[in-house]
Amino acid sequence: MPYTADKPKPKESSEQLRARIPGWGVDLDPKDRPSVPRERRDLATGAHWEFPERQEEKVPRERSIEHKFLTPVFGTSTPPSGVSGTLRRFAYRYSEGRAAHWLILLAADRVNAWEAHLGSFISLRPDNPVTESGVLSEFSGHGVRSRFGRKRADLAHQWMDPAIVAGPWILAGAAAVAVARKLGRHKA
Amino acid sequence: MKAMVYRGPYKVRVEEKDIPKLEHPNDAIVRVSLAAICGSDLHLYHGMMPDTRVGMTFGHEFVGTVHEVGSSVQNLKPGDRVMVPFNIFCGSCYFCSRGLYSNCHNVNANATAVGGIYGYSHTCGGYDGGQSEYVRVPFADVGPSLIPEWMDEEDAVLLTDAVATGYFGAQLGDISEGDTVVVFGAGPVGLFAAKSSWLMGAGRVIVIDHLEYRLEKARSFAHAETYNFVEYDDIVVHMKKITDYLGADVAIDAVGAEADGNLTQHVTSSQLKLQGGSPVALNWAIDSVRKGGTVSVMGAYGPMFSAVKFGDAVNKGLTLRMNQCPVKRQWPRLFEHVRNGYLKPSDIVTHRIPLEHIAEGYHMFSAKLDGIIKPLIVPSPS
Repeated sequence: MPYTADKPKPKESSEQLRARIPGWGVDLDPKDRPSVPRERRDLATGAHWEFPERQEEKVPRERSIEHKFLTPVFGTSTPPSGVSGTLRRFAYRYSEGRAAHWLILLAADRVNAWEAHLGSFISLRPDNPVTESGVLSEFSGHGVRSRFGRKRADLAHQWMDPAIVAGPWILAGAAAVAVARKLGRHKA
Repeated sequence: MKAMVYRGPYKVRVEEKDIPKLEHPNDAIVRVSLAAICGSDLHLYHGMMPDTRVGMTFGHEFVGTVHEVGSSVQNLKPGDRVMVPFNIFCGSCYFCSRGLYSNCHNVNANATAVGGIYGYSHTCGGYDGGQSEYVRVPFADVGPSLIPEWMDEEDAVLLTDAVATGYFGAQLGDISEGDTVVVFGAGPVGLFAAKSSWLMGAGRVIVIDHLEYRLEKARSFAHAETYNFVEYDDIVVHMKKITDYLGADVAIDAVGAEADGNLTQHVTSSQLKLQGGSPVALNWAIDSVRKGGTVSVMGAYGPMFSAVKFGDAVNKGLTLRMNQCPVKRQWPRLFEHVRNGYLKPSDIVTHRIPLEHIAEGYHMFSAKLDGIIKPLIVPSPS
């Protein structure tokens, strides 16, 4: 079809689609769509307060500096602790608009994982990479059959993913060793 | 109680934790009878979401029975069977009072750019989630609903996120009768977005993915025309070819942060975490839709920047629409659709995994093994 004002015709008419697909067109009228219009003031939410009662802050709670105050309700899972906790508290000095906020939090996540991993060795339940990674499901879940001969896009890079993830850590470690050696030689 | 616990990227295990306590007069404690792993949980599992702490319990899709209620709770009592939307919301702030429940301003101390979500990092409020035997449910008079007597529990758990999000995504596409809709991603949200597009009168629904078994599901469950992008040199050009070089009227991104199909995007986002997500599907959506068309974004992305082809969106005069789904707002209409048989959510459930084996569930879902589409988590009876 040349570039004209016409819209390409669907392969099937509305009548054919209505006959073939259960419920076709039942929400054709935007009035039947619950999120149209986007904002509505007539919805009953169940709230029986103008502003919610405040949850008790039993331990100091970190918060975004983009908030005027600590929200009246907040999560209490896993308060910050250790080196990662110090990093997290530092990250919350920056607004959500700053990359520093998120990059420090990501770094804290990695530090937290190592803290937990090393800490587990002095606990009654050390980390078990076999059970915690769920890798045994490669057998029960047909790992080979699920991957090969299936035209999966991720197969092209799965072999290099571990190297990509480990690469920056190995390079950073090597750089640290090189710097330490250089400093050692310089002092000597 | 037993609960799934995050131990670091790609590692989870089940631990004994204390049963959560009431921390606010409008809290409820819910005993979980069924939960699910969401595709977006994999972003946490892969260490992509900032402020995901070791020890946190994930899970924002769950149903159960009310175990205990706080002193101000009026609408629920112990013993009630409830379904809980993934959004935590107060019902009274500027945003909630306008129906934008996913943007509640009173529940997430850690960030203003997102509301509260169960078990979804401290960036989403620091609440433990429902992949456990018990969970704290804030604002019990606002969030949860009683599960209708006639509704199957597996249908109910899918309505807490995947069905509602897919349905919401189709609404954001502003679909008109006869429109061509292309959905990127044949996971649970993509399947429900495709199915919902028909309810809104689409004339043609196309689904793109690279997993053949999911494309098969898109054909059988969502009546969609499907294409595996691996088979095409350039999926955008193919989309143009099959739409008479005009482009689709509506494109829906139902993939999000870990989209495959571009090595540079994959390495810089999924592996090196230098982006908030790999916007491959979003960029394909922008390029596949016609000028003046609408792109609806349902895929989850992290808070960092992503390399989105914004110039193309500007120059094509696109309407970009997106949000986390305000789940409870969708329920009355979705209940009708389920009751009328237009939607059967549990048709996409492929695996039912005991909580004790959740690590295997995460690995299988992450690696896309064994034809997995939607895994449910079954807590053991206490």
